[in-house]
Amino acid sequence: MSRMDKKLKSYSINIGAILVIYILLTLLMKFGIINSYYEVIVISIGINIIMATSLNLATGYLGQLALGHAGFMAVGAYVSAICTSHMNLPDTLQLIVSILVGGIVAGLFGILVGIPALRLKGDYLAIITLAFGEIIRVIILNLNITGGARGLKGIPLLTSFNSVYWITIIIVAIIYTLIHSRHGRAIISIREDEIAAESVGIPTTYYKNFAFSLAAFFAGIGGGLYAHYYTVLDPGSFDFMRSIEILIIVVLGGMGSLTGSIVAAIVLTILPQLLMDFADWRMLIYSIILVIMMLFRPEGLFGKKEFSLITLLKGKQHAFNPTPNSHGRSE
Amino acid sequence: MPLLETRDLGITFGGLRAVGDFNIKIEEQELMGLIGPNGAGKTTVFNLLTGVYLPTEGVINLDGENIVGKKPYEIVQKGISRTFQNIRLFKDLSVIDNVKMAFHHKMKYSTIAGILRLPSYWKEEKEIHEKSLELLKLFNMDHLAYTTAKNLPYGQQRKLEIARALAANPKLLLLDEPAAGMNPNETKELMETIHFIRDKFKIAILLIEHDMGLVMGICEKIVVIDYGMIIATGTPEEIKKNKKVIGAYLGE
Amino acid sequence: MTFLQQLINGIHVGSIYALIALGYTMVYGIIKLINFAHGDIIMMGAYITFVSLIMFNVPIWMAVIIAILICLISGILIERIAYKPLRNAPRISARITAIGVSLFIENLFFKIFGGNPRPFPVLIDPTPISLGSLQISMVTIVTIVVSILLMIALDLFVKKTKTGKAMRAVSEDHGAAQLMGINVNTTISITFAIGSMLAAVGGILYSTAYPQIDPFMGMMPGLKAFVAAVLGGIGIIPGAMLGGFIMGIAESFTKGYISSQLADAVVFGILILVLSLKPSGIFGKNVKEKV
Repeated sequence: MSRMDKKLKSYSINIGAILVIYILLTLLMKFGIINSYYEVIVISIGINIIMATSLNLATGYLGQLALGHAGFMAVGAYVSAICTSHMNLPDTLQLIVSILVGGIVAGLFGILVGIPALRLKGDYLAIITLAFGEIIRVIILNLNITGGARGLKGIPLLTSFNSVYWITIIIVAIIYTLIHSRHGRAIISIREDEIAAESVGIPTTYYKNFAFSLAAFFAGIGGGLYAHYYTVLDPGSFDFMRSIEILIIVVLGGMGSLTGSIVAAIVLTILPQLLMDFADWRMLIYSIILVIMMLFRPEGLFGKKEFSLITLLKGKQHAFNPTPNSHGRSE
Repeated sequence: MPLLETRDLGITFGGLRAVGDFNIKIEEQELMGLIGPNGAGKTTVFNLLTGVYLPTEGVINLDGENIVGKKPYEIVQKGISRTFQNIRLFKDLSVIDNVKMAFHHKMKYSTIAGILRLPSYWKEEKEIHEKSLELLKLFNMDHLAYTTAKNLPYGQQRKLEIARALAANPKLLLLDEPAAGMNPNETKELMETIHFIRDKFKIAILLIEHDMGLVMGICEKIVVIDYGMIIATGTPEEIKKNKKVIGAYLGE
Repeated sequence: MTFLQQLINGIHVGSIYALIALGYTMVYGIIKLINFAHGDIIMMGAYITFVSLIMFNVPIWMAVIIAILICLISGILIERIAYKPLRNAPRISARITAIGVSLFIENLFFKIFGGNPRPFPVLIDPTPISLGSLQISMVTIVTIVVSILLMIALDLFVKKTKTGKAMRAVSEDHGAAQLMGINVNTTISITFAIGSMLAAVGGILYSTAYPQIDPFMGMMPGLKAFVAAVLGGIGIIPGAMLGGFIMGIAESFTKGYISSQLADAVVFGILILVLSLKPSGIFGKNVKEKV
């Protein structure tokens, strides 16, 4: 099979699968098999996938432990909600503009936090991002424009299944193709060995800030979708525990595996809904999972692997390779 | 004009002068050895030349341009690349991806082009892929292209690190104890490889080595340092007879 | 409130931060890991004292000793179970584990005691002593005296005793220390034990000053103490002490002269400032990573 054919086949299978799942979900909703209760879960899954894959960019690929991802989500949520309240565009356009503005502001915060923190070793980044998440929460609590402790109410319902589905697909695709380009390789090289990366000509500071702020940008978009779906914002929903929940998804799915993050996001969104008792024990179980995973399976359930539909169909898996479409690779 | 010239280069760490009055000239395609007892400051010299440490005194001219104060990655782009004493590979990546990393600055396509997979992405990635395989072939490692770097035997890891440094397209290659941990056979093969690299890529090489046989056997010129200062410079024959060098090595 | 009064308040909480910061700094010095669970030892110290006093009616001195002992053992266990197996793993794994341990302790106490804050019993008579216009409570005096005595004891321990010297040797180089016949594992355990003991005392003193305890109470003083350790130069014992006092005084002045809500933001502002200007801290040396 020629290279071109293989490329086309891979693309068409993926696009086909994306369409099939979309049509399937749409039909299930139309016929009420997925009722409004389940729809909330489906949309939460989408938002969690965005949050987890973007955190994976910073933690799994760049190798920096970031503990304030919920802070960026909060910035995106509030900024986009405020943006919507000050504008009056057609719904879909309004949603796109608002979440983009939310994402950009979150990305700017990412740069602001990253510049002092990324110059240093990972321990400091972890603490600074944690501190940042807390400061954001305190600031939101004390501002008028955010509604303070009462929260922000009456945000128009603009997020729908359609918008979440396609935006999730777009974000995951962007992260995927980015990681498999020379820029993604540069990001991965920093995780592997920063000094070696610099010694082969990679501007590490630039790529650290780039990856970190891009992760913040996507988290902001996730926040924007969240705000326009739940229509009410409460500063309490973006606390440290939210950051930890996202981190759990990444760790469980495997740091450096996007497909792993997706599967883990689906499982960990559904599980608490299925097991009501689980909710009570959730954080305790999560904390044990974190420790056990690191002790016994630090690469996550799926490791640094991606599984594609092609390989699933063929029934075999390949080790993660940042350029799997490497030309002429013989199989 | 020499390819690389240092003038009164030196660095002081907390009152301790690790390297001082360091003056060398490396001509194009020259093979030079840097030797000295343990702790003499050899690796510190490499760290100064590659921008890892900022010198406290002196200048480093590469092709007549002072590169002091440039970041390590900028210096790579200007034409000095290196290997490390304690091998620093991207351990969890494949052999070919290790090499591709060093082509980074030679590639042009933008972030957007990479994300959208525009034609420039496909074209450059294809080019780099072929070039990387070619380079690996020169080192007889092309069949290992998809092996994870950490699974390579020790000698191959050293070779991969050299291949990666060459991929950055240097004018001057710095090798930090390339024969460390190798058996005599591997060392012999390495000597041939180093010669071959110089002739094939037409670059200058500066190498730190403890294996005197290797240094004396392949270097055209040798610089000896002790306590951060140059104590002798010359051809292998001259160095062998130099009293100061013998003294430094015998601990006089 | 006068300037002097604010200063005394600052020294009061600063000495608690200093005690906690010592644990961070010693552990970081020896295994190069931020022990995220350290803040939760503070909470454990407070809860165990609370339980011993309220439920078992033991005398105060005994409650304090029980709390210290349990925290000390927990510190050793945490290191043995969660950190030791990861000593040679990528740093990010150890960091995630540390966070996991911290969350585990918090949520375990949450499960056992519930999330509602509980009033901490009065250990020291709170009536203030008047010195002219100054009002100093016995709590303040006890806190400052206890903290300073402990710091002096720690300093002597690290400098004079064989174990203390072993700790310093292991901080420098695990391998070399081992070759010199030092038992690295034991030394690390002792470091955790001492750090946790100080945190337990810090927790009790903290709850005496702010007499309300809840399972997540360790987070903020823990973070502030961490900032104190970074400010003084992480891994450096006198640095942690100085950092603690600076943090306490800065917080007290912010609360007194600017706004109490901003106090936490100021703390992290200091952290970001220090890391931007002199990441190695006040007493820290700029150490180059070995290449």
